Amino acid sequence: MNQKENFTKGFIKNNPVLVLLLGMCPTLGVTTSAINGLGMGLATTFVLVMANIVISLLKSVIPDKVRIPAFIVVIASFVTIVDLVMAGFAPALHEQLGLFIPLIVVNCIVLGRAEAFASKNDVLSSLIDGLGMGLGFAFALTLLGGIREILGSGAIFGFKFISGDAILVFVLAPGAFIALGYLIAVVNRLRKV
Amino acid sequence: MEYIIIVIAAIFVNNIVFAQFLGICPFLGVSNKLSTSVGMGGAVVFVMTLATIVTYLIFQYVLVPFGLQFLQTISYILVIAALVQMVEIILKKISPPLYQALGIFLPLITTNCAVLGVAILVIQKDLNLLQSVVFAFANAVGFTLALVIFAGIREHLELMGVPKGMKGIPIALVVAGLLSLAFMGFAGLV
Repeated sequence: MNQKENFTKGFIKNNPVLVLLLGMCPTLGVTTSAINGLGMGLATTFVLVMANIVISLLKSVIPDKVRIPAFIVVIASFVTIVDLVMAGFAPALHEQLGLFIPLIVVNCIVLGRAEAFASKNDVLSSLIDGLGMGLGFAFALTLLGGIREILGSGAIFGFKFISGDAILVFVLAPGAFIALGYLIAVVNRLRKV
Repeated sequence: MEYIIIVIAAIFVNNIVFAQFLGICPFLGVSNKLSTSVGMGGAVVFVMTLATIVTYLIFQYVLVPFGLQFLQTISYILVIAALVQMVEIILKKISPPLYQALGIFLPLITTNCAVLGVAILVIQKDLNLLQSVVFAFANAVGFTLALVIFAGIREHLELMGVPKGMKGIPIALVVAGLLSLAFMGFAGLV
């Protein structure tokens, strides 16, 4: 498999959120606006890329029996780094994303790529795979965040284009489920499943 | 009274699934049948309460005295993973019927973000040990309630004429959205 394919498979064909239906908790929880979705997506991308690189480097050292706990420790270390860096440099975003930053640890996408790809492939492929999957995740979150922001508060990336109230329910909890449901239905239609 | 408020707030007003979006993966994954969802709910109640007690004690008596709060995420996830393994082994030994009922759900719980989420939330909310236990138990009950209601609806949904593209997860998400809307009615209860 060439590197270009490694990259695009995560981004489009096997988009982690819209096709594989992984990582639903942050997808629903943080996408009240496009910028929050983008921030969460990029934080996850960083963890995914770094964890993939490290696990790919360590794959011959880690004994097979304890590989899952070992992967989790690697992932948790990078999540802690992201948590601290964000608290320092983007406190407003850190406040918004809140609980979902430490919860990147249990995001099935990260552990899934570590187990299914990085533990079997070389460093460069793992890096590109992590980047493709991570950006696919970020793209899906930004898209959903954008849709909810436009419908729910009449704004995009914080720029308001409707004066007064929009359909408020879309920035509240129920809107997350409904918007994602219809988004996946549209994707299913486009994929003709 | 204080504890009743915690319980009602956790189960209805801030339902862990419908308002806080924690534990969505098992919520969508094991809600096809009513019987499996009850089993999963039971396992979550058990593990979440236990995990919160253990992680709370570790935070207060190990991490805080040594100034290691930044290790919270790493230590919690390892403790929860080890705890789930241990519960599995102990249950197998002392209570085979309970193990039969909860067994297959236990390994899945390690990756249930609701367990880690609640363990972190009790620290953020600055609750004491007893409040934390009540909070964790009530959240787990809220999770079970959401799962059971949802499974009941999904069993009926199987027989409905759903448009092709909406079949499966999309319609399930829309149903979850409507349920979440219903749960919003509890806002202002406490």
